[in-house]
Amino acid sequence: MKEPGGAAASAAVEASEAAFETTARRVILGHERSLRLDCGIGLRDFPLAYQTYGRLNAERSNAILVCHALTGDQYAASLHPRTGKSGWWDIMIGPGKPLDTERYFIVCSNVLGGCMGSAGPSEIDPATGELWSLSFPVITIADMVRAQAMLLDHLGIDQLFAVIGGSMGGMQVLEWASLFPERVFAAIPVATAAHHSAQNIAFHEVGRQAIMADPDWMGGEYWRHGRRPHRGLAVARMAAHITYLSEGKLHQKFGRRLQDRTVVTYGFDADFQVESYLRHQGISFVERFDANAYLYITRAMDYFDMAARHGGVLANAFRDTPVRFCVLSFTSDWLYPTAQSRRIVHALNAVAANVSFAEIVSDAGHDAFLVDEPEFHRVLRGFLTGAAQHRGLPMGGRK
Amino acid sequence: MNVTTSAVRTAMRIDLQLIADMIEPASRVLDVGCGDGALLDYLVNLKGVDGRGIELGSDGVNACVSAGLSVIQGDAETDLFDYPDGAFDYVVLSQTLQAMRAPKTTLEQLMRIGRRAIVSIPNFAYWPHRWRLLVDGQMPMSTALPYRWFETPNIHLCSIRDFVALCDALDIAIECGHVLDRRGASRPLGRWLMRANLFGQQAVVLLRQNGERAGAGT
Repeated sequence: MKEPGGAAASAAVEASEAAFETTARRVILGHERSLRLDCGIGLRDFPLAYQTYGRLNAERSNAILVCHALTGDQYAASLHPRTGKSGWWDIMIGPGKPLDTERYFIVCSNVLGGCMGSAGPSEIDPATGELWSLSFPVITIADMVRAQAMLLDHLGIDQLFAVIGGSMGGMQVLEWASLFPERVFAAIPVATAAHHSAQNIAFHEVGRQAIMADPDWMGGEYWRHGRRPHRGLAVARMAAHITYLSEGKLHQKFGRRLQDRTVVTYGFDADFQVESYLRHQGISFVERFDANAYLYITRAMDYFDMAARHGGVLANAFRDTPVRFCVLSFTSDWLYPTAQSRRIVHALNAVAANVSFAEIVSDAGHDAFLVDEPEFHRVLRGFLTGAAQHRGLPMGGRK
Repeated sequence: MNVTTSAVRTAMRIDLQLIADMIEPASRVLDVGCGDGALLDYLVNLKGVDGRGIELGSDGVNACVSAGLSVIQGDAETDLFDYPDGAFDYVVLSQTLQAMRAPKTTLEQLMRIGRRAIVSIPNFAYWPHRWRLLVDGQMPMSTALPYRWFETPNIHLCSIRDFVALCDALDIAIECGHVLDRRGASRPLGRWLMRANLFGQQAVVLLRQNGERAGAGT
């Protein structure tokens, strides 16, 4: 399973002594053996960008893979190079935090198809020396996971202590447990589903159509023409952002309050605070994200249907699984509602898997997994501590 | 809340201790309605059991998962159907059967997914209950039945005799049983059922399905 060359790279990872060591790296994978994609194409010599936090222990047993969501990236707990903002899971990863960098070695890679250094439509195709653009093959969640597995081979990590992720990250977690059960000790799918529903696909289609309707998209060849479909991508983001929040949260945050004015203007300016907020979300998003990558990754999510690959029976994806699962959902998440998590739990029960499942009370909607939800963090921390005990990881500290 | 290991827990409820004593070390156990996980925690940490739990209340679930126990939020009336036959050595249902909409179906499910089941029930025919109904003409209340009639979750109360009759009807053997009195002292259920049915405040029984599966799991 381990590929040659892994030892040297992981030695470099371990080189630093800092308490909260973080390294940003990019490796070229698939040189000796190409990555066979679900669409049938073999991907050779492709880059994967990743970030690590904490230190791998001598037994190489304390690694946690963090899988990011649709618009996330590998900068889970470090400053984002394009926005200068702190990591998207800063609240979760660090010394003394639930994903404690004093105990665990955290790996987070930019997904295949992403736009922060991993192979994707905005990267160079090594075979042609040109940008991939729409000639990049359509990838799946399983493809993302297989690429991550190659990264772990490279890092010399045979078995992950845990794999965790929310939303699309949770889909990767499920694929990890299904494709590589022997390489995962504990799996924590959060706010996710085992398949994309019609509603999920519908929202994504709105986003894709917004991008493709932008004249600057240029049939996907916008880089070549020195243009970018900012308006389309911003609209896609605005529509999607609504699905990440609960109705209650939107009401609480904005209500019908007006933006810097006392009366409506009888025009189409952003009269309402919620409009202004969404516009801001859209505009700031296009600075850090690539429109074609958005098409590819939403497509991968739409294609996701674990049961379909297993004779229509989700439980078959997890038969005889040795993995300890912790499935978590949030009460106000209507994008991946608790019923979806319960479906996963029922499938795991059907194979008598070791599973914990909690629905966390939160009014933050789907985004609850990204924000400060003390109960979520407490439950997660407890599950990880229990799993670490079973795995025989040293308690507290990294020695 | 503490991270709970049995070492730091205070004494477990007496009926839970009786249940724990019926369970072989290192076996597979499902605790249905596991509450805050007191029994599971004891079994996992002191008897090396592979323990799982189902709990309806989210406070209990969160406490259990936070303590590292494998517990799911779920409803036993619907979720037991998911598990495969014989998935567990023991399935425990403590002080919950009387609160279920379909106790007979639940009991059948317990016997299907566990090689054995351990069930504890409050005894409606306990003599102070009879006294209160007969003399006071009011619905019985006691430490085992602490709720007033209009707020009780117990919708299917039975006596020990009733329960034994249901087991007979379902061809379920009672391998052993204990009867607890008001002070928590326990006696074997034994053969003198009428006496147990009068003086027992609650009963804890170890059940095994008769028929083709009997004896398969010894």
